[in-house]
Amino acid sequence: MSQTATMAGSAPDTAVGVEPRGPRPKPFFTPTKIIIYSVLVFFTLYFLFPLYVMVVTSFKTMPEIRFGNIFALPNQINFDAWIKAWTSACTGLTCEGLAPGFWNSVKITIPSTIVSIFIAAVNGYALINWRFKGSELFFAILIFGSFIPYQVFLYPLVMITREMGIFGTLQAVIIVHTIFGMPILTLLFRNYFGSLPQELFKAARVDGAGFWRIFFEIMLPMSLPIFVVALILQVTGIWNDFLFGVVFAGTKNLPMTVQLNNIVNSAQGTPEYNVNMAATVLTGLVPLIIYFVSGKLFVRGVAAGAVKG
Amino acid sequence: MKKFAVVAAMATALLGSTAVMAADLEVTHWWTSAGEAAAVAEFARVFEEQTGNHWVDSALAGSGTGANPVIISRIIGGDPMGATQMNTGRDAEELIQAGLIRDLTPIVEEMGGLDFYVDQSLLAPCTYDGKIYCFPVNIHSWDWLWLSTKAYETIGQPVPKDWNEYVASWPALEEAGILPFGLATGWPFSGIPGVLMSGLGGSDLVLAINRDKSADAVRGPEFRKVAEALDHLRSVISPDMMVPSFGDVGNQLLEGTAAGNIHGDWLQGDLQVAGGVPGVDYECLPALGLGDQLTGGGDSFYFPVLPEGTDPAVIQAQTDLAKILISPEAQLAFNLKKGSMPIRTDIDLSGANACMAKALKLLDNGLLPSGDFALSSDTQQQMQDLNTEFLDDDSITVDDYIERYASIIESAE
Amino acid sequence: MADTAVQRVEGAGISGQRGFLRKTFVHNLPAKIAALPMIATVLIVFVGCTVWTIYYSFTNSKLLPTGKFVGFEQYERLFGTSRWNVSVTNLISYGAMSLVFTLVLGFLLAVLMDQKIRFESAFRTIMLYPFALSFIVTGLVWQWIMNPTLGLQTTIRNLGWTGFSFDWIANPRMVLFALLIAGLWQGVGFCMVLMLAGLRGVDDEIWKAARVDGIPTWRTYISIVLPMMRGVLVTAVVLIGSGIVRLYDLVVALTNGGPGISSEVPAKYVYNYMFSGGNIGQGLAAASMMLLTVVIIMIPWAYLEFGGKGRQS
Repeated sequence: MSQTATMAGSAPDTAVGVEPRGPRPKPFFTPTKIIIYSVLVFFTLYFLFPLYVMVVTSFKTMPEIRFGNIFALPNQINFDAWIKAWTSACTGLTCEGLAPGFWNSVKITIPSTIVSIFIAAVNGYALINWRFKGSELFFAILIFGSFIPYQVFLYPLVMITREMGIFGTLQAVIIVHTIFGMPILTLLFRNYFGSLPQELFKAARVDGAGFWRIFFEIMLPMSLPIFVVALILQVTGIWNDFLFGVVFAGTKNLPMTVQLNNIVNSAQGTPEYNVNMAATVLTGLVPLIIYFVSGKLFVRGVAAGAVKG
Repeated sequence: MKKFAVVAAMATALLGSTAVMAADLEVTHWWTSAGEAAAVAEFARVFEEQTGNHWVDSALAGSGTGANPVIISRIIGGDPMGATQMNTGRDAEELIQAGLIRDLTPIVEEMGGLDFYVDQSLLAPCTYDGKIYCFPVNIHSWDWLWLSTKAYETIGQPVPKDWNEYVASWPALEEAGILPFGLATGWPFSGIPGVLMSGLGGSDLVLAINRDKSADAVRGPEFRKVAEALDHLRSVISPDMMVPSFGDVGNQLLEGTAAGNIHGDWLQGDLQVAGGVPGVDYECLPALGLGDQLTGGGDSFYFPVLPEGTDPAVIQAQTDLAKILISPEAQLAFNLKKGSMPIRTDIDLSGANACMAKALKLLDNGLLPSGDFALSSDTQQQMQDLNTEFLDDDSITVDDYIERYASIIESAE
Repeated sequence: MADTAVQRVEGAGISGQRGFLRKTFVHNLPAKIAALPMIATVLIVFVGCTVWTIYYSFTNSKLLPTGKFVGFEQYERLFGTSRWNVSVTNLISYGAMSLVFTLVLGFLLAVLMDQKIRFESAFRTIMLYPFALSFIVTGLVWQWIMNPTLGLQTTIRNLGWTGFSFDWIANPRMVLFALLIAGLWQGVGFCMVLMLAGLRGVDDEIWKAARVDGIPTWRTYISIVLPMMRGVLVTAVVLIGSGIVRLYDLVVALTNGGPGISSEVPAKYVYNYMFSGGNIGQGLAAASMMLLTVVIIMIPWAYLEFGGKGRQS
């Protein structure tokens, strides 16, 4: 492994440095290409390795895990851990696996994602195209806010939502996710709208279009790529969130991560690593699918964005 | 047994009227492992059978960082659960002051007092201004030295009878390539000093430090023995031999790759799940085989004040649950599964295994307050930080350790 | 009103400073209304919570923020605590390494992906997927892989390579690198995607011009394209930076601060003392110190970003 690592370290310099060719022409097996692919393949292995361990482990039985090598393939494919993780892993007295939390997570993630992205998009648009006195200051504080450790907000937000009378409801958790998504998302949208040609905006203003009309009719249709990025960030963050979901969403809406956390983090007793791994992969499936599906949209979106020039 | 039947009958009679109006009562706790869940299930079963109410289970893994913030947030956010496990100790005082925790004194009076508690000191952390705000439901002790029969077979020595014999066997174990002391990463190490303190330092030292917060006692000769033992212990532990979870240490003991371990009574659950038989595959020495008293603490249940307009049936269910948790039937069923000792001994404990029987005998001598029972979480956290640092950093000498330990105790409230 | 707005927008740079009270409210009214959620968040949550944090860091609050004022007591204790001091040092070393490596690797991979390669979407998905998994599990898996007795070290030794050693996770000197391996695994992919989006946003004309001038590809990337990606870079730095400052879950899952206290980080200190330690005052004092550091780092940036007027056309 260390050998490959040094190779990966030195390769890029030669790859980009010696060969001045770069992106345009492409005969098939040039040395550059070979180096490019080796570097990419090396990183691919690095990225895939833990997933391999997770999946392989999830198909093993516990004795096999306890005495075996973690990299070895399972003696036989065994779906028990997956079935158990989904349907019958216990968290306390309820042995229903991850399944019941799934729909709660959906219920939390969909509105939270939509609301937080919409608000952030409007913020970014207002900040770049409709600056007003103090808007930059608000933005600076917002960015500053993204550096505050989450945990610090917990009690104040509990009190704020309690005063608003929405503690323990879906609204509360939507608001909380909107708040915590706001700094990064606003930054993303602000930068993106800033990179769009200002002439379009100015022309629309001259035509007498107002704030919302320009937003919906001109800005949004051009914003697919950034929406995809925002979507990826928010779905991941919200879907994987544990603390805010369990505190603010109320007992009827406990997200899937509560069960995942219970399964993985049982303080006492021997952990069932195969079930842990299966539960993890299952919990990660929704963000993973979003990535997979939107990856294509992302390319298309970026391509569309690039045509603009 | 007869006594128990009468109590059960009385309980049923008392609760009979409410059984018609079934209520849902949400209970939060952090007992999520298999053995723990089985124990909680006993509480739930007795509760549901005797009252007809429904136990709504909210388990949250991880006491300090997982469950605690959630439980406290929900109580102060005005969305309290019906009953909850909480860190026993001084933490809940502020919730009590804020009027968020239900006063259980009327229930105690109705039951005619709590004299059945095997040690009245257990109730001290639940008492505030002379009123009772929580019920301890079990007694846990860290004071166990676990030894591997197989490891000692390998080196051809008898299994040690106390800590001193055990320490004397280390060189032979190391020579045979056996870990003298198996250890898991993280918190398990921080329980060890307290065990050494009661075993080597004796009951007076434990009381002086944990109860009276005497820094002089820390600086005295008795505690020095404890610190030196800890220093000796860390010399046979190396970070790259540590395993991820304490359950893995249990396996090491059964396989004979590690010879000993100090860990709380709940390790036994793991040893049994892995097929170990006490006295055959492993030995257990309470209080390091030296002391005649155990330090202990327990898990407690609190009952938050429910918001106005709550169905009276739910409040009644709260009352019922409070009584049931400490009733003989629930105590017996719960603790046999949990591997802990019951808070009352007026029940038939013939089902207890060899190790637990030893513990019950020591329990007759009274219980010493363990650190996690008598000290605030803040102090415990500082202790844990100190111990973790000491284990790993050899530049911290025994003297440094004693001095820092003393200053933590000095600042403890 | 619409007319005024047009003029205002046209002259966004020059106008402004002269404050007619009426205009401060009416000017850009729809934008202000639309920005209300942001304004409320900033004022109530970010400013409010910061003030709250600092205020209660001067009290002896325990479980609830109700304590008495105790001056700098919490801070004195904080700086006298070796765990805190180690946490700060760790965050600085880890943060510097993580920021540099994430940006460099992210950019490098993006450049490679930009070379009209095959299977681009497969590569991209593979690099991005770790971002979808929670830190809890990232930590757990890497803990296994790096565990000297269970993982890579033993496996390779069993293959006959007995001198092989990979015990970073159990080695106080190396444990931060162990964290880095897992942290990069999770974060580099997203950085790469952002950079790639930035690269793709660069106009083809620029490339043509550079090629006409005979500038080598690598120089075009570094001295022409990179400076044009300022927005993306700022986003990436903020994302990575805030992740570093708040670093918590990964440490808990991977090392739990060990061996000893050699991989402790500030956010973990805050969390431990606030919730398991039941000492909110101490936790908030630590949090206030983190905030102060962020302010110190951010002021030069904010000055550069907003101090010099009219960087955006």
